[in-house]
Amino acid sequence: MDFKDSPEEAAYRAEVRAWLQANSQPRQRADQVFGEGLDDAAKLAAAKAWQARKAQAGYAAITWPKEMGGQGGTAMQEVIYKQEEAGYLVPRMIFENSLGQCLPTIATWALPELKARHLAKGLAGEEIWCQLFSEPAAGSDTGGIRTRADQQGDQWILNGQKVWTSGAHFCDYGILLARSDWDKPKQEGLTMFILDMKAPGVEIRPIHQMSGDAEFNEVFLNDVRIADTHRLGPACGGWKVMLSTLMHERLAVGGHLPTDLHKRLIDLARKCRWNGKPAIDDARVRERVADAFLLQHGVELIIARGLTALSKGKAPGPEMSITKLVAAKAMQDIASFALELAGPEGALSHESIGQDWHYMQRLWLGAPGARVAGGTDEIMKNVIAERVLGLPGEIRNDRKAPFREL
Amino acid sequence: MCLPLPNFQDVTVNFDFSDDQRRLQDEVRKMLAATSTSAEVRKVLAGRTAYSEPVWRKLIDMGAAAAAIPETYGGAGLGYLELCLVAEEAGRHLAAVPLSSSFYLAAEALLKGGSEAQKQRWLPRIASGELIATAALGAGETYLATPALRFDGSTLNGKAAAVPDGIAAGLAILSAGEDLVLVDLDSSGVDRRALASLDPTRPHAELNFRDTPAERLQGGRQGADIVARVLNGAAVLLAFEQVGGAARILDISRDYSLERKAFGRQIGSFQALKHKMADIYTRNELARVHAYYGAWALAADAPALPLAAAAARVAATTAFKHAAEEGIEIHGGIGFTWEMDCHLYLRRSRHLGQLIGSEHAWRDRLAHELIEEAA
Ligand SMILES: Cc1cc2nc3c(=O)[nH]c(=O)nc-3n(C[C@H](O)[C@H](O)[C@H](O)COP(=O)(O)OP(=O)(O)OC[C@H]3O[C@@H](n4cnc5c(N)ncnc54)[C@H](O)[C@@H]3O)c2cc1C
Repeated sequence: MDFKDSPEEAAYRAEVRAWLQANSQPRQRADQVFGEGLDDAAKLAAAKAWQARKAQAGYAAITWPKEMGGQGGTAMQEVIYKQEEAGYLVPRMIFENSLGQCLPTIATWALPELKARHLAKGLAGEEIWCQLFSEPAAGSDTGGIRTRADQQGDQWILNGQKVWTSGAHFCDYGILLARSDWDKPKQEGLTMFILDMKAPGVEIRPIHQMSGDAEFNEVFLNDVRIADTHRLGPACGGWKVMLSTLMHERLAVGGHLPTDLHKRLIDLARKCRWNGKPAIDDARVRERVADAFLLQHGVELIIARGLTALSKGKAPGPEMSITKLVAAKAMQDIASFALELAGPEGALSHESIGQDWHYMQRLWLGAPGARVAGGTDEIMKNVIAERVLGLPGEIRNDRKAPFREL
Repeated sequence: MCLPLPNFQDVTVNFDFSDDQRRLQDEVRKMLAATSTSAEVRKVLAGRTAYSEPVWRKLIDMGAAAAAIPETYGGAGLGYLELCLVAEEAGRHLAAVPLSSSFYLAAEALLKGGSEAQKQRWLPRIASGELIATAALGAGETYLATPALRFDGSTLNGKAAAVPDGIAAGLAILSAGEDLVLVDLDSSGVDRRALASLDPTRPHAELNFRDTPAERLQGGRQGADIVARVLNGAAVLLAFEQVGGAARILDISRDYSLERKAFGRQIGSFQALKHKMADIYTRNELARVHAYYGAWALAADAPALPLAAAAARVAATTAFKHAAEEGIEIHGGIGFTWEMDCHLYLRRSRHLGQLIGSEHAWRDRLAHELIEEAA
């Protein structure tokens, strides 16, 4: 058991550091983010330029084989890169679905000529991908998808509505799950496709989120034509393709969890006063600082264990679900407590109380979404109960019947 | 079918125990499953014996208990990582033995603070099980308000309240004011009184000293440093016992929930119980990784030890308490009976959770370390 870089890892880290120093800028403040002050279009252009440079250096897909545009590197090198990159001003969310789930799905299931057409461009950020699974009647219950795909010769005609599609408004392509057979049971009549987001009949409407941003969208499909060559996996084999996508999501252990929340809490608690004394001296505050660390560092350590398993050739199992479950709720609880430190003033927006509070306020407003996105807390607990602890599945009456009769 | 799996050779993130260490754990687990049975633990529960002799003998003979004592002092010379896994199994099987008193506390105090002569004299006897040792290193939290022991350089006077395994022990290491003192409990002027514990499988005693011959282990600042170091190590080791106990009561509860039916279904199919068990599992796993991190810090003697030990202590204490409490709830009425083992886990969680100070004291220590670190 040790936490030290091996000589090879240390060498790789030094290499990464040198490259980042030459190609990016270190963050000046802990809460500084990429592209501050730029409008959306300029920010996107800057992000794409960054991704192109990163791909050229081989850092866009470190663990992928060289012939697919990667570095043929190890999972640990990927982690080292992420650790180092965290200190720099680089775009965070824009390419996440693209690189984390969509491109691996393409690499697994697409026809060779489509791989050739899309993988390199995707890694270089020239094309960005989104994931179109959820629908108004299919969220936790992804099998409830009603967007229809009707085959006509060598084409498919799509009609329906997707929702909560992160990034659809700036994405070029998406992977989309639709129902191609209404007589089969729920999960067996689904097919996965590549969707050109600019195709005729695709209409994208941003959704105004509670955080004030508009990061996700409704996507309407009216007689959208997709060539059969753009099918991913067999017709009616979409469920299996989707599970492989989610498996890649799980492989992307690490994610984007802030790892220094207890430090930010300490910093704010030093600046606030409770009954005339620094809040940090109060036992209740100290308790919450400790608890914040326990959750956050606990998540990091669970990830370290997952990586250790990976390094021994074991794929991370369903037990990794606890990282997302713990992290999202911890984020909410820690941010909530942080805001309470300032008493009545803590209910003021950062524009009025001060920049110090911006980060925690953003976290507080974003946390409810984090608890829902990628599987709600409740779904995560079902996964742990059923897949890790072996408890019975939920009683359901929709497994066997043809979908049209549900 | 999928992407060629990334190339994982040369990867050395190594946050787990080695295969050899796991093999030792398996052996200990098998041995304890066979010897530290419910019936055996209940002999101690009923007060028929101060500890489980067959289990103790086996742990000693396997070299498991003395895993972290160097061979020069009669130990197995393995290390702390091995002892951590032994502790996990002891916790899982509710081993009713003086492992923490003799090995996590007393032997460690000797190893860290004893003179060469003291080590040579006492450690081999502890390692061989010939002698049970104990320690009471003082706690910030108290009710009985026992006046501090008085040590004048050669004799000890006063009273030590709530000394674990105080009846079975032949040697005690005690905090007396500034000093850390070593007392042969067979000496003259030692009077012992058995105390009733909430976990009767882990008995305590009050020790009274009247002009009892004693020797200094360490004094002053150094004594305090050694106490802190020993308590940090014990926090990690106890965390492993807690993690083992918490995992076991979750297993027991899960199995029961698959057997028991209500309203025409397995109770384990009710989502309220599924989510309850998912919560227990989640807390248990958080405790486990903090314990692992503590094990690493202990074995590497890392500067992070005080922080890692406090984190392990708090996470494991809260996890075991939670698992033990909810385990009874999952069982329903039968969980509240003397015959079911659920209460043994609840009692053990109480004992382990307070033995070296409560979770609250340790949480404050953790906060202290974090705030210092952030300064
Ligand atoms: C910020 C954000 C980004 C997203 N990005 C994308 C994206 O890019 N692409 C995409 O396809 N989707 C995306 N989603 C959608 C997301 O996957 C779904 O919102 C999520 O799976 C929940 O589905 P739902 O919204 O339909 O809620 P529902 O499924 O209706 O859930 C409502 C409530 O019912 C509970 N519930 C449902 N089923 C069960 C059950 N079996 N047991 C217990 N409780 C249950 C849920 O836990 C929840 O509390 C995003 C969501 C968010 C918030």
